[in-house]
Amino acid sequence: MSLSRRILLALAAPVVALVVALAMSSVVLVLSGSNPLEAFADMIGHASRLETMVDILNRATPIYIAGVAVAIGFRMNLFNIGVEGQYLLAALVAAHVGALVDLPGPLRIVFILVVAMAVGAAYSGFAGVLKVTRGISEVISTIMLNAIAITGLIAFLIREWQAGGAIQGGVGRVGTTPIPDSGLIPNMNPVLEFFTREIRQGKQLTGVLVVAILVGIVYHLLVNRTRFGFDLRASGINPFAAQVGGVPAKRMVVSAMVLSGAVAGLVGMTEINQVGFFPANPIKGLGFTGIAAALLGRNHPAGIILAALIFSFLDISSGVLQFTGAASREIVVIMQGVIILAAVVAYEVASRARERQEAKSAAEALGDVKPSEEAA
Amino acid sequence: MNWEKLPAWLRWALYAAVGVFVLTVVQDFDETGSLTAAGSSQSMLRWAVPILLAGLGGLFSERAGVVNIGLEGMMILGTWFGAWGAVVYGPWWGIVLGMAAGAVGGLLHAIATVTFGVDHVISGVAINILAPGITRFLSSEVLTTLPGGSITQSPRVPGVGTFTLPILGGGSIGSWQTPDFFGWLAGREIFLISDIASIAKGLVTRISWVSLIALLLVPFTAWLLWRTRFGLRLRICGERPQAGEAQGINVYRFKYIGVVISGALSGLGGAFIASPELSGIYLEGQTTGRGFIGLAALIFGNWRPVGVLGGALLFGYPFGIGLRDLDGSASHSLILVNAIGLAAVAIWAATRGKRVDAVLALVLGLAAAAWYLTSDTLPDVWINILPFVIVLIVLVFFAQRLRAPAADGLRYRKGEN
Repeated sequence: MSLSRRILLALAAPVVALVVALAMSSVVLVLSGSNPLEAFADMIGHASRLETMVDILNRATPIYIAGVAVAIGFRMNLFNIGVEGQYLLAALVAAHVGALVDLPGPLRIVFILVVAMAVGAAYSGFAGVLKVTRGISEVISTIMLNAIAITGLIAFLIREWQAGGAIQGGVGRVGTTPIPDSGLIPNMNPVLEFFTREIRQGKQLTGVLVVAILVGIVYHLLVNRTRFGFDLRASGINPFAAQVGGVPAKRMVVSAMVLSGAVAGLVGMTEINQVGFFPANPIKGLGFTGIAAALLGRNHPAGIILAALIFSFLDISSGVLQFTGAASREIVVIMQGVIILAAVVAYEVASRARERQEAKSAAEALGDVKPSEEAA
Repeated sequence: MNWEKLPAWLRWALYAAVGVFVLTVVQDFDETGSLTAAGSSQSMLRWAVPILLAGLGGLFSERAGVVNIGLEGMMILGTWFGAWGAVVYGPWWGIVLGMAAGAVGGLLHAIATVTFGVDHVISGVAINILAPGITRFLSSEVLTTLPGGSITQSPRVPGVGTFTLPILGGGSIGSWQTPDFFGWLAGREIFLISDIASIAKGLVTRISWVSLIALLLVPFTAWLLWRTRFGLRLRICGERPQAGEAQGINVYRFKYIGVVISGALSGLGGAFIASPELSGIYLEGQTTGRGFIGLAALIFGNWRPVGVLGGALLFGYPFGIGLRDLDGSASHSLILVNAIGLAAVAIWAATRGKRVDAVLALVLGLAAAAWYLTSDTLPDVWINILPFVIVLIVLVFFAQRLRAPAADGLRYRKGEN
């Protein structure tokens, strides 16, 4: 099959998914008496403002990191549903410990990141160990570990570690002890303002964006340019063949889960660095949006970027709908769900079409071989 | 004697008897008084019903070979439509609409997994993301227009009503107030006997009609799946779909049926959560992972109906205790129960020569015992995670003894091997 055809097929599926989601939500909006065109125009208009773009990037950052965390597992046929619990637990512990230790600024930043990665890796690695030593599917164990982390450990620890009273500067906000400003990753406003104009409304472009970009680059290099990445993909495609080829299957499972969890630990860093502590009511659901981003982005480092931007755009720009009144902003939650479902169906159909195409071209190629040549 | 040869209901009855014995001993030792109270078993049943329904739903789906992580999402659809239907059209309509909404969620899962061959877990996750989106949107469009409703909650939801069993539980037949046998026995303060009677009293007093339906579904499911031609065909789709295909069975159709029933039962569980038995209101996020607990009950019960009931009661129990346990002392006793359970696992493993398992269980049991001795109460957050912890422990020690349907979660295409 030609390269252009291949690319066309690869792009067709996500585009179809987006079109289906747009169509479905338009129907829902029309049925509920709103004008979909007006609503989408409002959203796009809102998103074209610099301040909204900053918000979109700030939300896309954690979604992207979560997407990469999930994708690492997917590359090895492991489904880490536990990113949700891993990132919340990691962020809580890292924020608490990070506020307690006495380290000079940059060291504290690194320390917090390392603690977050370690907690995420440990929690996810536990599921990996359960899988290789006890044969428990990581799907089941990470669902259970999510519930244990979110309704148990975090609910308990946040009560134990909560700073007394409301936190200064954050009106009415409660959470862990604030981290000193020197221990927070500085925002990237100067960089963005250099290219555009002054950012107003006190919006700050998160510095964790740099971390997310690094995560993406390392993910790309690790999976595509190293022996480990090759083993990872090989085990994902056929663990038995990989084992015969000298790849220790069990160790690969644990390594993949540990890596996935380490990346997951970084998801919550955006919020920690924005507010300066772990809030009692943190942003939840990023782990699941990460699964969606990994699926839509096909586990590709660049594909996940696009997916994260799309989900973030829907999340953020829909906020304008409650002011313009064009539609209920909740419509985007439906859109996100439809996008995922439509995307996975479209990918499935596309991959089957590709298989048929390949089988056909293979048959044609074989058909060209003359019996006499075959004999020779 | 070979345990495995006993009928499932008898085996589980024996487990339950041992469980009640342990609870009685712990209760007398701890002087908490509420572990075997009628009120505790009553609220255990209420908490167990949605878990049971989700678990039975999962059973239908996974016996047909489709893993259903989407139980949670289908349950969420059930809570919303159950509440809305009950408020607008009356309680029984709430039940019907809750089931219908869950069934539509199941249909969506079936279309994605069976027709399009999407990975079951991925489709389930997508449904779990989609369902709260749909209910949120509907809340903003519909609930906000109802008096007393808002974007996150509905007005008060009416219930289908309850009944008390005559003679055994003291319910009335017509105008005749029958004697209350269990209540009488519970009051005699006989060791174990009175405790069993007290628990039984809670199980026959003021039961919702939905609870009764859910409980009757257990023997019905067992009969339907293991004693009828329909059941055999459905199960073969979960074990060896190719074999079913060779016999001329329309595998796709049975998978569809299994998954749609699965959604309907989860939806029923959701409708029950919104009913006055548990909440009496629709509240966003009120399923709190009970679809997943249903999944846990399914695994705990080894993909069998009576086992699912056992899991649902076991997981419903701590919630039932926690709900009435204002000072956390009764929940605290549960730590001791867990320690005893782990000790039993340790002995079981030791007699089978599983040294690693025995040591592991012993260490965990000692840790639980130490926790029990060094604390006086159990914060409610730990109650919430107990089902998940129990399932993990059960999986750690018994995963090799559990057996999922052989083709569970595998993609099936007609004509392919």
